[in-house]
Amino acid sequence: MKSVLPVLVVVAALIGLWYAAAVPMNVRGVLDEAERAGAEVVPASGAERRERAVWTLVVRNPGAIPATWAQERPRLPAPHQVAAELWDTTAGKSITSKRSLVYHGWVTLSATLLGFAIGTGLGILLAVGIVQSKVMDMSVMPWAIVSQTIPIIALAPMIIVVLYSVGVQGIIPKAVISAYLSFFPVVVGMVKGLRSPDAMQLDLLRTYNASAAQGLWKLRLPASMPYLFASLKIGIAASLVGAIVGELPTGAVAGLGARLLAGSYYGQTVQIWSALFAAAILAAALVGLLGLIERLVLRRMGVA
Amino acid sequence: MNATTVVEARDLDLVFQTGDGPVHALKDVNLSIDKGDFVSFIGPSGCGKTTFLRVMAALEQPTGGTVTVNGMSPEEARRKRAYGYVFQAAGLYPWRTIAGNIRLPLEIMGFSRAEQEERVARVLKLVDLEGFGGKYPWQLSGGMQQRASIARALGFDADILLMDEPFGALDEIVRDHLNEQLLALWARTGKTIAFVTHSIPEAVFLSTRIVVMSPRPGRITDVIESPLPRERPLEIRDTAQFIEIAHRVREGLRAGHSDAL
Repeated sequence: MKSVLPVLVVVAALIGLWYAAAVPMNVRGVLDEAERAGAEVVPASGAERRERAVWTLVVRNPGAIPATWAQERPRLPAPHQVAAELWDTTAGKSITSKRSLVYHGWVTLSATLLGFAIGTGLGILLAVGIVQSKVMDMSVMPWAIVSQTIPIIALAPMIIVVLYSVGVQGIIPKAVISAYLSFFPVVVGMVKGLRSPDAMQLDLLRTYNASAAQGLWKLRLPASMPYLFASLKIGIAASLVGAIVGELPTGAVAGLGARLLAGSYYGQTVQIWSALFAAAILAAALVGLLGLIERLVLRRMGVA
Repeated sequence: MNATTVVEARDLDLVFQTGDGPVHALKDVNLSIDKGDFVSFIGPSGCGKTTFLRVMAALEQPTGGTVTVNGMSPEEARRKRAYGYVFQAAGLYPWRTIAGNIRLPLEIMGFSRAEQEERVARVLKLVDLEGFGGKYPWQLSGGMQQRASIARALGFDADILLMDEPFGALDEIVRDHLNEQLLALWARTGKTIAFVTHSIPEAVFLSTRIVVMSPRPGRITDVIESPLPRERPLEIRDTAQFIEIAHRVREGLRAGHSDAL
């Protein structure tokens, strides 16, 4: 409880900074609108205003400041505008409505979870293979690393096009992109986790004449659990990014990515920001949920 | 080799190939251990005492000579569950309870569920840890953890216990206590014990035979048959006989040391 006050102070500072930043970002637009509406602004002509620094315009037109936080299409929407939009599009709309963020969030979330499941399963299988087989270690690991050096934004359209040409569309292509991003942290974390038992532990199993499979089930997998959860937290966030990126190149009609895209087409910055926040809140909730599962599992294992 | 010999080493050689050239870990080691013996291996680090134990357990392959355990190769002996190995660290799995840890080798070796429970209960009693089966390792002291690891090695009825400095990381008071318990356990079970240590009092107190080793190359410099009775209270360490054996061990260690220099 002692940390509540400092946390609130930091949050308040960030919000204050945001409001302050909105003033210079939006002041030109506000003055242009005011001029069109026939109000008095300094300097009076748009051409002259373009010559001036934004701070000069703010100082010369202090009366315009409140309007910078209330524009319909601001360059940088104020926090309360984003909050109002978030509230309006979640609590204010039926969840089946195309304008509901809950609807769009679920479209993205379902692809995220499917991709995360595929990526995690694939990652664990690859890690087990890499640890058990020298050949896989030398042949698969380099490709796993190379796979992550290609920008996903360049690869995503190709994945969607290739899958579409074989008749796969809808949630699967997005899930594939999610899986592509999330398998990697799982592979890296699990390889480290499966190799975490020391030489003495492995020697002990040898004195029992244990098979490789017994070593995996009884020693390596349980020992890798803390590593797995650290990887899963990175993996689920990467999955969400993958699903959103997967919604961009198709001009998808649903999902948080589609909201971002539509918002940028029509200059709806408030919509973009609220979709961004929805994605961030979703990611935080997923990571938090994994943290909770981690605590439960490790406590059940007796190691936390 | 007679009927009571359990371990027999003949002209054993082991050379490790390292980045700095070959290291002669064992050279011309000849030794036989009889059934029911308590044999300690003592010597400075690098004398090959742990390596010899690992060769008996088939954790290292000798580069020359032969070693047999119960008349078999060490690998065969392992498959026949001839020995239990106790390491310097207890190495209990933190995610298993004490009973779960003792059950580990039993699960791997395919004992039935009922037999596992029965054996776990029996060895917990042997090492004086009744009632601690449900605890996790972190809830036990270092000495109790090491006792649990000995119980784990006892569960599958191996005739031979190979112990690699099992009490090396414990303080002296706990070590004295565990030494007494180990002797009692040895008397009750009649097991053959090979015990690596670098403590002279520990070696003299526990052993029926003390094998003194020296490094570069690792070899046996002296084998001392202890005249002490099998039943030994801690006070025996103050007797003239005890001090005399300890003196001979020390002389052996010193001689081996000056050879190397």
